[in-house]
Amino acid sequence: MTRKKRRLYILLLCGLGLGSATALTLTAFQDNLVFFRSPSDIMREAPPANRAFRLGGLVEAGSLERGTGADGKPTANFRVTDGAHVIRVSYAGVLPDLFREGQGVVTLGMMQPDGVFRAKEVLARHDETYMPPEVADALKRAGHWNPAEGAPPPPAEWNTAPRRGG
Amino acid sequence: MTAKADSSPSGAAPGARSLHRFANPGRFLRASARVQVWLWMAAALVLGAGLVWGLLLSPADWQQGETVRIMYVHVPMAWLAMGGYTALAAASIMSLIWRHPLADLFARELSPVGALVTALCLATGSLWGRPMWGTWWVWDARLTSVLVLFFLWLGHAALTRAFEDQERGARVGAILALVGIVNIPIVKFSVDWWNTLHQPASVTRLDAPGMHVDILYPLLTCALGFSLLFGAVVLARTRAAVMERRIRALQLARARREEAMGA
Repeated sequence: MTRKKRRLYILLLCGLGLGSATALTLTAFQDNLVFFRSPSDIMREAPPANRAFRLGGLVEAGSLERGTGADGKPTANFRVTDGAHVIRVSYAGVLPDLFREGQGVVTLGMMQPDGVFRAKEVLARHDETYMPPEVADALKRAGHWNPAEGAPPPPAEWNTAPRRGG
Repeated sequence: MTAKADSSPSGAAPGARSLHRFANPGRFLRASARVQVWLWMAAALVLGAGLVWGLLLSPADWQQGETVRIMYVHVPMAWLAMGGYTALAAASIMSLIWRHPLADLFARELSPVGALVTALCLATGSLWGRPMWGTWWVWDARLTSVLVLFFLWLGHAALTRAFEDQERGARVGAILALVGIVNIPIVKFSVDWWNTLHQPASVTRLDAPGMHVDILYPLLTCALGFSLLFGAVVLARTRAAVMERRIRALQLARARREEAMGA
């Protein structure tokens, strides 16, 4: 029994050491583990010039302007917001299907001297809500939710709503 | 419990007696023979119902459209990859502390199946990411930590089989599995701790699930079905491994007998 107990204690001790080492490492590398930075992060700490980074946030309602570039490629200008701060983004290329106002996006690019973020890549970021189209339509019709304004109402309000009519 | 509880042909370590009744390989074979039939039937029934419900009858998502149906495979695979790994760690603790021969066999047979479900999770996620996010793969914290989980599964499967002495292989594999357990909370909470492209959890959150019930219930049914199938496959593999070990022990005994008679 003592041998088993000893093995148990050794294992617990190793687990404690390993756990704290991992926690310390993750805390130390916190800044490198984030996939994108929000407009507030960038306002707080300006990124080094001429370094590409990822900017993430919601596409601000009413900010999207689509156009066609000189080379015939589609272009898009929009603003990315996290509620507190806003950054203007310009992009030339095809946007992902999920891209819309109010949707989360992650863009990769560089800050221009004029304060516009020139994106080379735009990814749509899906939120954690899953809703049948009828339920989404009912919420929009009832004025409970405008998808361009951001996140849907708390799920408890709709996740058992009957799914009728279109 | 009788004193002669361990009928393992290979002769387990002295500590393996009398601790857990079902760790006795003989008893395990008898009990699991009955369980196994029911497990396969339940898996077929629940998974069949879940897949029909999820893939055919459930509604589409208002913005993802029909693509959302990938979730009915992707999410159960992700849960099994993490839950299975937790089971692997539990078996590894039993193997290291109590030297259970059955825990060794279970861990050894579990890891290839775990690697498979993790691979399926990554593959379906990639197929889902391309149309929705606009990319097959990004190095965000969630995706990267799941890739690490896949390598841990593969590493365990390879390491336990890399030693001539099976018991040593099991021991080294158990240590790897327990070191790798730090990755499980990282996978789970990566979406909360850091900015990721992957969205946060929809089902396991403090308030109501962010999912309409017409999507949630088929998902839970699929998850239960895949879990039953996972359990059935791992149980069948473990049974086969126990029997294989018995046969090897019998063959060894016969060879020794013949050698003694010949001498």
